[in-house]
Amino acid sequence: MPTKIEKDAVSGTLTTGHEWDGIKELNTPLPKWWLYVFYATIAFAAVWVVLYPALPIQGATGLTGWTARGAIEQEMAEHAERLEPRLAAIRDAAPQEILADPELRNFALAGGRVAFANNCAACHGAGGQGAQGGFPSLADDDWLWGGKLADIRQTIAHGIRNAEDEAARTTMMPRFLADGLLSAAQVNEVAEHVLSLSGRATDAAAARRGAAVFAENCSSCHGNDGRGSRELGAPDLADQIWLYGGDKAAVVQSVSYARAGVMPAWGGRLDPAVVNMLTVYVHSLGGGEPE
Amino acid sequence: MFRRFSHALIEKNLILLGVLTLITVSIGGLVQIVPLFAVETTIERVQGIRPYTPLELMGRNIFVREGCYTCHSQMIRPFRDEAERYGHYSLAAESMYDHPFQWGSKRTGPDLARVGGRYSDDWHAAHLRSPRAVVPESVMPPYAFLDRPLEYGDIQDHLRGQRAVGVPYTDAMIASARADLEAQAKPDEDPTAFSRRYARARQAAFDGNGRDITEMDALIAYLQMLGTLVKFGDVTPESVRQQ
Repeated sequence: MPTKIEKDAVSGTLTTGHEWDGIKELNTPLPKWWLYVFYATIAFAAVWVVLYPALPIQGATGLTGWTARGAIEQEMAEHAERLEPRLAAIRDAAPQEILADPELRNFALAGGRVAFANNCAACHGAGGQGAQGGFPSLADDDWLWGGKLADIRQTIAHGIRNAEDEAARTTMMPRFLADGLLSAAQVNEVAEHVLSLSGRATDAAAARRGAAVFAENCSSCHGNDGRGSRELGAPDLADQIWLYGGDKAAVVQSVSYARAGVMPAWGGRLDPAVVNMLTVYVHSLGGGEPE
Repeated sequence: MFRRFSHALIEKNLILLGVLTLITVSIGGLVQIVPLFAVETTIERVQGIRPYTPLELMGRNIFVREGCYTCHSQMIRPFRDEAERYGHYSLAAESMYDHPFQWGSKRTGPDLARVGGRYSDDWHAAHLRSPRAVVPESVMPPYAFLDRPLEYGDIQDHLRGQRAVGVPYTDAMIASARADLEAQAKPDEDPTAFSRRYARARQAAFDGNGRDITEMDALIAYLQMLGTLVKFGDVTPESVRQQ
């Protein structure tokens, strides 16, 4: 229980009147500066609720009419306006023209690098190196659908075998074993023949028999010599680059059940200027071909 | 008079303290609750939003079960950096059929609110089985064990449960839940009836194998529809603003 409030001899302030074992507590008032800052925050809040969305009057928008949606729209618009002169030039230019103009080229490569990291790197790798399992490297000169600027732009804008874009590239490899086009023995022979194209056949006799199977079933897309076709997106089978693995089991799997890599269309998701920037960037990764 | 007022009076009187505390807390409560009576709903209706298909719902259950939300948010905030990276900011309507919502609060991995359609089904399957096979710098754990049969014998109960908390599944949707789930995961089945019930739902062999229905199928079906229901060309802030 409080005993008695008294003036402390040393500090000159009053005590609270409590006493514990001879220890007394000073009732020091709040510092003036603190108290005035506190009052100022109350005054600030009173002004704020009138200016900003808080009070349920006039559609609860406050006198300034500020909204989170309006704020981001304005921010996006301001940013777009800053970039627009450059973006417009890139949007209207053919990719060759971007490459020819050093200023546009630098801007496109910088923007393309960022857009690539955000949208493409998950499948094609941070450096465009690709990944086993159907994610092609973009940093080499082994192109499925062509490595010229126009080819790359077409692929980025419309994608491959997707259902969302009618202009997507859509060739399909048949499932030779699953759909009964070839017997298991023939699949084995043709796989040996395919391996022989890169000098890795283990069974020369089977590979020879497979050559006939290949000529009848595979050469229309992959070519008589297995060098592939860019019009059809048919991979080169005579090199050492394998999208789904190059050991025999993987080749047998590919022949038996086919492969059909899908790439989404980016034309509907990204600004055409960004598609152009990506085109120039991918072309610059190492395998870009001259027009 | 003002100078005579003392906190000691309140501090010494328990009933007075209780009454004044109640009044103070009520003001806070009223300010938050009363405005809600003035609006029909806190969620703006947006064209295109539909309940999850049975397969997507099962995939969503797996998403919740595996705790994906602890590393992946599903909430694009209205900031320029987020909009430029992930797309249009999230609308409340886009998670109106989420019970519970999966907004998350931490991004060890990227936001997934608009991941649908960004990558191929093959990529999702390869990435879930072994994240570092396709993204070497990833720290995500592998989920290869999802290649096991999906248990969906109780799919109708899942839909009924969702309906009990407000998701507008119709009797027809519940009656055909099992057939719809199987139709979506098997590209060879006739999609007509299924597509009529669930607009813009994609039918595919999501895990690359159309023969059986796995947890992988369900999860990929769910991931591939995230953020794809609203076509933002047609939706402006004005068109969805409540009056």
